[in-house]
Amino acid sequence: MQPAVKRIIFFAAIIAFWEIGSRLELWMPIILPSPTMVWDALVTGFEDKTLIYDLAASFKRLAIGLGISLVIGMGLGVLLAKSKTADETLGTVILALQSVPSIVWLPLAIMWFGMNEKAVIFVVVLGGAFVMTLNVRVGIKNVSPLYIKAAQTMGARGWDLFARVIFPASIPYMVTGARLAWAFAWRALMAGELLSTGPGLGYTLRYASDFGNMSLVIGVMIIIGVIGSIVDQLIFQRVEKSVLQRWGLES
Amino acid sequence: MFITINQVQKQYSDKNNQPVDILKDINLTVQKGEFVSILGPSGCGKSTLLSIVAGLTKATSGEILVNNIKITKPGKDRGMVFQQAALFPWLNVMENVTFPLKKEMSKKQAEEQAKKHLQMVQLGNYTGHYPHELSGGMQQRVAIARALAMNPDTLLMDEPFGALDEQTRARLHGQLENIWTETKKTILFVTHSISESIKLSDRIVVMGTKPGTIIQDIKVDLPRPREKYKKEMLEIEDHIMGYLKREIDKVVSEELSNAASS
Repeated sequence: MQPAVKRIIFFAAIIAFWEIGSRLELWMPIILPSPTMVWDALVTGFEDKTLIYDLAASFKRLAIGLGISLVIGMGLGVLLAKSKTADETLGTVILALQSVPSIVWLPLAIMWFGMNEKAVIFVVVLGGAFVMTLNVRVGIKNVSPLYIKAAQTMGARGWDLFARVIFPASIPYMVTGARLAWAFAWRALMAGELLSTGPGLGYTLRYASDFGNMSLVIGVMIIIGVIGSIVDQLIFQRVEKSVLQRWGLES
Repeated sequence: MFITINQVQKQYSDKNNQPVDILKDINLTVQKGEFVSILGPSGCGKSTLLSIVAGLTKATSGEILVNNIKITKPGKDRGMVFQQAALFPWLNVMENVTFPLKKEMSKKQAEEQAKKHLQMVQLGNYTGHYPHELSGGMQQRVAIARALAMNPDTLLMDEPFGALDEQTRARLHGQLENIWTETKKTILFVTHSISESIKLSDRIVVMGTKPGTIIQDIKVDLPRPREKYKKEMLEIEDHIMGYLKREIDKVVSEELSNAASS
């Protein structure tokens, strides 16, 4: 059986069980609204355009935050890979920061930037930057010495060697880094919006929760999950796969 | 002399910080256009020696002159072919071969130059392919074309056919011989295969191990192509085997005693 067919049957079974359970009143709608109610909430949300504005607002923050974090990650990663001193000092700090969920920076960010978009973007940047840094660092350190030797015998050295050999050779790691940075940034964005201000998917989620609109809460959760997996599987995994293949790391 | 290797020594520090001789008192001269094989068992330092000539490794003492210039760093006058093709996977065949030419000529000139050398290794129709789409033998031919395209005087080859299957290797031997006759490059060819060295080279430098030293310098005076002289080639092979056997026995007995003591 095709994986797609298996998946459709699986999801259909879950939704059927959920709907039947709701109709038989095995649980109260305020605890878990039925799929039809969630669907209605989503349709209303898209019809009055609130969810569309939310998506646009969230994606704008994500694009800015992720963009900045990739640039920072690239710069720091190169620095850590090239300078032993930086690696031994700054590197340990970044390793420690990487294990701190970036949302814990939000209170500080609100003090620094105010209760606004900048604070959320700051959290998104921190969410993505460190994982990108670490991947770029490993990528550059893992460039095959054979490539470097071969390039040297062909007269490449210094900046030329870096730009034409070391950098392109570490692109597979950078793609993986970008994919992980996206995943962390997306989580940080949702947490940030949930705890600060709107518009945005996270903000609408909290708003709906405050008004007891559990159907919309679940609806927004579904949107977050669907977007997360679409971007990961349709964009990043494909790019990663074709890069790995081209770079001869996977047949 | 075109290449002069003068009293070259190479030492490494082992785990206990004791110096270990990898190469000791290496003296060797090579004439322009000569095809010289460096033959020896694994661990004799033959690849290290080649790497020093390439300028990738520093000798502990001694000096190497190529064309009367002392070697201190890698240079385009010495093209190198490694055991792995070392092609850049993000570039296609044409871009790989033009890699060393980018700075000194226009794109068009570089591509003409590359095309000429790709045709020499019979890969003129593969310019748009990426390395992962080629077989090991084809990749190695691209690597040879890449080294030749920058028009070096010397070609350094470090077991270039070691990772290939027997048929492919035999074909590439023929191609390399043709290229050498055509271009008259000076070739230093590192190998551990006695038959390969006899088939290809004018001279065979036999190295012994622990420390790496030159134990014999043998001239191969057979007309080319040498397929017709099987009997003579076998005689030379026996002759070289006599020298090498002692060296190989030395390595084996040392490995056995290491295994027994650990």
